[in-house]
Amino acid sequence: MQTYLSFDDLTNEEKYEHFMERIAAGEKIEADDWMPDDYRQSLIRLISMHGISEIMGALPEKEWVPKAPSLHRKLAIMAKVQDEMGHGQLLLRVAEDLMAPLGKTREHIMQDLFSGKLKFHNVFHMEAPTWGDAGMIAWLVDGAAIISQSMMLDSSYGPYARALKRICAEEVFHAQHGESIVLALAEGTAEQRALLQDSLNRWWTSLIMFFGPKSAKETGNSNADKNIMYKIRTKTNEELRQEFFTKYIPRIWAIGLTIPDETIHFDESTQLWVYKDADWNEFKQIVSGHGPRSQERLALRQSSYDMNGWVREALAAKKAI
Amino acid sequence: MKALKELIYQLADDDFILAYRGSEWLGLAPHIEEDVAFSSINQDMMGHATMYFQLLEALGEQEADQNAHLRAPEAFRNAVLLEEVNGTGSYLHQPNYDWAFTVVRNYFYSVHKKIRLDSLRLSSYEPLRNVAKKILMEQQYHLMHWEVWFRQLLTSTDEAKRRMTEAMVKVWASFGGVLTLGPYYGEMVKANFIDDENVLKTRWMSAIKKVLNETNTNMLPGEPGMTSGNGRKGEHTTDLQQAIATLAEVYVTNPAVSW
Ligand SMILES: [Fe+2]
Ligand SMILES: [Fe+2]
Repeated sequence: MQTYLSFDDLTNEEKYEHFMERIAAGEKIEADDWMPDDYRQSLIRLISMHGISEIMGALPEKEWVPKAPSLHRKLAIMAKVQDEMGHGQLLLRVAEDLMAPLGKTREHIMQDLFSGKLKFHNVFHMEAPTWGDAGMIAWLVDGAAIISQSMMLDSSYGPYARALKRICAEEVFHAQHGESIVLALAEGTAEQRALLQDSLNRWWTSLIMFFGPKSAKETGNSNADKNIMYKIRTKTNEELRQEFFTKYIPRIWAIGLTIPDETIHFDESTQLWVYKDADWNEFKQIVSGHGPRSQERLALRQSSYDMNGWVREALAAKKAI
Repeated sequence: MKALKELIYQLADDDFILAYRGSEWLGLAPHIEEDVAFSSINQDMMGHATMYFQLLEALGEQEADQNAHLRAPEAFRNAVLLEEVNGTGSYLHQPNYDWAFTVVRNYFYSVHKKIRLDSLRLSSYEPLRNVAKKILMEQQYHLMHWEVWFRQLLTSTDEAKRRMTEAMVKVWASFGGVLTLGPYYGEMVKANFIDDENVLKTRWMSAIKKVLNETNTNMLPGEPGMTSGNGRKGEHTTDLQQAIATLAEVYVTNPAVSW
């Protein structure tokens, strides 16, 4: 207790040291705890990007919600997209708490999204032109998300770790929902299988990109390394990508699909998958708002934001009374 | 038998088409929390429609998915108000949706749906009675949800009041289509499948009058109308054609296979 009572008297270096000791000991940092600015900034960057990606991620699948080809699929995909919005809500609340001491709110997050300052995940900049994509996204994109999010379940930041726990539990259902769509198509007619193969061809590169470049030198950005130092995450991009391959490549092959990379194979000597790397310049282009659907999706978000402006005003006026 | 099926088609199609319109809002609601809540309501409603489609299947009608996706617009029995588009644009491209219209339509419909279910709970047709009881549990929450929105927007800024008033005039003009039980109404009532439509209508009118009173809003003039046709007779607008084309787009590419 004594150290806590005198905590305010410590120098910043001492506070930092104490903070790093807590992290090293596996303690969880909570919203009101002292934390270095750098840690706070890293969390805000990571969690607001994650939160807004959930929300932007609802848009490609949302395209298929009214069109889902049976009552059962309509219900399932609605529930799935609703979960994604729910994840966004949960994460934005975690981000809002971190931003509060800086005088920032959700409004800032939305404005940063519209101005292009806040990026969202590369996969959600891509087109989803067929029902096969509705299956592929839920199966493999959510599958990839499970792998990268599970790694952070033990994140040093308590509120994020707890939000992820709930999110990951739901993601498992999403991947099952996706797998069910994919299997129905894989076991269906030649046209249905073609729809599926076509969709895999379209999504493969995006899935490679999903985990980010192998090292900082491809993007000149060391956020991933910093996040490892702060124990916000525990694995490198490449480790996660290899995990994804190990889990999904055999399944993709098992249902008779071809991966659009002739070089892909498992190297027994290194115990690693060998594959054709993505073009990381293209990746940078996509996430900076120049992907095939980036502008349309942002425009959709923006137009819904604008058309509902009067509703937000009306609610704010009620609160003020 | 014909009257019973007609009644269940009305119940199924009302929920199915309004849930479809609701699903177009997904990702576009006024705030993220509402997106989550509204989507949950739409799933419930689509689930209610599914239960009714299953009742119809048990009565010898087509299999539920076929019934939902393959019928011609004339075969739909939903009220025309419920098929009306959410606004201009499409859910994919430049939607200019009207939240006031959505709130009023859903609130007025929810009030009626509750009254209708309370009557169906005592229906002479047991399977309908059972389904009504199940649906009522969820319906309670939907009604509360829309009532909160309705009251909040009606008692807030001038702009919100203006938009809500305009939406009420629009909804009133065709709410008569929800209130009617259609051409087989006499048989439905005689067989005790449901109460007289005039009884249900009186209950609905007094519920609406009460909430308008409490929000210092003038009661709407005259009787609710049926300006764009009687959906219970299979009269519909191009809005329904567009809805069916969208909701069946994938299914019709091959109705024989599983998806
Ligand atoms: Fe998610
Ligand atoms: Fe998901």
